[in-house]
Amino acid sequence: MATEQPVATAAGDQTRIHNIGYRNYDGPRLGRAYARRSLYSQSLRGAYGLGRSAKSKILPMLLFVVMCLPAAIMVAVAVATKANDLPLDYTRYAIVLQAVISLYVASQAPQSVSRDLRFKTVPLYFSRPIETADYVRAKYASLASALFILTAAPLLVLYVGALLAELDFADQTKGFAQGLVSVALLSLLFAGLGLVVASVTPRRGFGIAAVIAVLTITYGAVSTLQAIADVQGSTGAVAWIGLFSPITLIDGVQSAFLGATSAFPGGVGPSNTEGAVYVLVTLGLIAGAYGLLMRRYKKVGL
Amino acid sequence: MYDPTVARLTYRALLGRRRALILGALPLLLLVIAVAVRALAGADDQTSADVLGGFALATMVPIIGVIAGTGAIGPEIDDGSVVYLLSKPIKRPTIIFTKLIVAIAVTMVFSAVPTLLAGLILNGNGQQVAVAYTIAALVASIAYAALFLLLGTVSRHAVVFGLVYALVWEALFGSLVPGARTLSVQQWSLAVAQKVADGNLVTSDVGLPTATVLLAAVTVLATWYAGQKLRSLTLAGEE
Repeated sequence: MATEQPVATAAGDQTRIHNIGYRNYDGPRLGRAYARRSLYSQSLRGAYGLGRSAKSKILPMLLFVVMCLPAAIMVAVAVATKANDLPLDYTRYAIVLQAVISLYVASQAPQSVSRDLRFKTVPLYFSRPIETADYVRAKYASLASALFILTAAPLLVLYVGALLAELDFADQTKGFAQGLVSVALLSLLFAGLGLVVASVTPRRGFGIAAVIAVLTITYGAVSTLQAIADVQGSTGAVAWIGLFSPITLIDGVQSAFLGATSAFPGGVGPSNTEGAVYVLVTLGLIAGAYGLLMRRYKKVGL
Repeated sequence: MYDPTVARLTYRALLGRRRALILGALPLLLLVIAVAVRALAGADDQTSADVLGGFALATMVPIIGVIAGTGAIGPEIDDGSVVYLLSKPIKRPTIIFTKLIVAIAVTMVFSAVPTLLAGLILNGNGQQVAVAYTIAALVASIAYAALFLLLGTVSRHAVVFGLVYALVWEALFGSLVPGARTLSVQQWSLAVAQKVADGNLVTSDVGLPTATVLLAAVTVLATWYAGQKLRSLTLAGEE
């Protein structure tokens, strides 16, 4: 074939770029903030299976219903028996249903990030005008929001129910606000831990097991040790042991500062100084999770 | 019925790279707890029974069972590479049986051995507590591995369903509804352990004959059905 081509004798005369009529894009460029917002809303919808197949809607929706059902039952009971108080504190609700929350994080954190890694779509995101920080922030914020919806919805049910049952307004509002602060902290913490673990493995199944291990196993270990420390009479150790699992961390923070009754064995929560350490560790973990995610995505596929 | 090549590949899938780390982290945590409890409380039979029963058998064994059982076949089905295995002239039940053996072996090594070690650290096998819980872990390993291997062939979300069974059914319902305890691998294995332990530190809600029959039935049926599922496996795309 090459022989048929005439040798270009005088370059410059014969070479030219043909305009074959493609039009330039002259519409509005929506830019980085728009891309980040889209990623956030898509991830948030994805966390509840919206915009995905019917099969993947089952689990998040089921967990959402399981999360809200006890609240509805409690409200029904409180209204029917004309009780003076709800059977469960706002702050205690998430602690009691922690298994459901853990399962939700474990199932949705890997679906949020592992599949991007596995199908190598992360570089495609970064071919858009977003940067590492945008991707991490959008994913972190979306999972934290999804968790906040999951944990705050039952509190809202409780609150509305409590007002309908004509319980004390000021008292209930205070409890509700404290509960919201506590679940907001919990959402940030759990979302961070879940995403860090899930972003390490491209395998979804393995990510789920690893997240559950971090959330549940540490709780099992910590509560076992706390129970033993309590029986042995070393009550001082109980609060310090609680620093080592996410759910006891939240429990400690809210019983020190948000007026919650502690679920620790013996029912004695951390004191104010210990509570300050709890808050510091919680915030440190959230910041650490964010930092680790930023580091993780610094070099993915690029 | 046992194919060494399939076994080798499965071992590699389960223990290769970083996967052995998470499998190893749980037993390590158990040993750390055992040492900490021994230092805090000294040797006490009741305490060691609580730790082994509450943490080792109730939490650690099922989770390792989920990881090993579903991990033996789930990822292969998930990414479609199982067709290369299925296209070889090996019987499907043989594949399942081999993978089951591997999953059982891995679960036993990572759950029963640390249970025994933790028991020895906690109270030096006083009242046979360590041995009893080790036997419970061994028995439970077989049933869990078979059950979760079946889940791996049935569902794409095997890990979640396995964890729901282990955490919600056995732990949550088991503590609230007494009837749920009759249908729990944990209680069946405790029934076997009860026979071994002295005294009444290890108790179960299920009688030994019932437990043995149910354990054997679950293991055999799950393995058989997993073989059947693999015979008629259809591969679907991701979601």
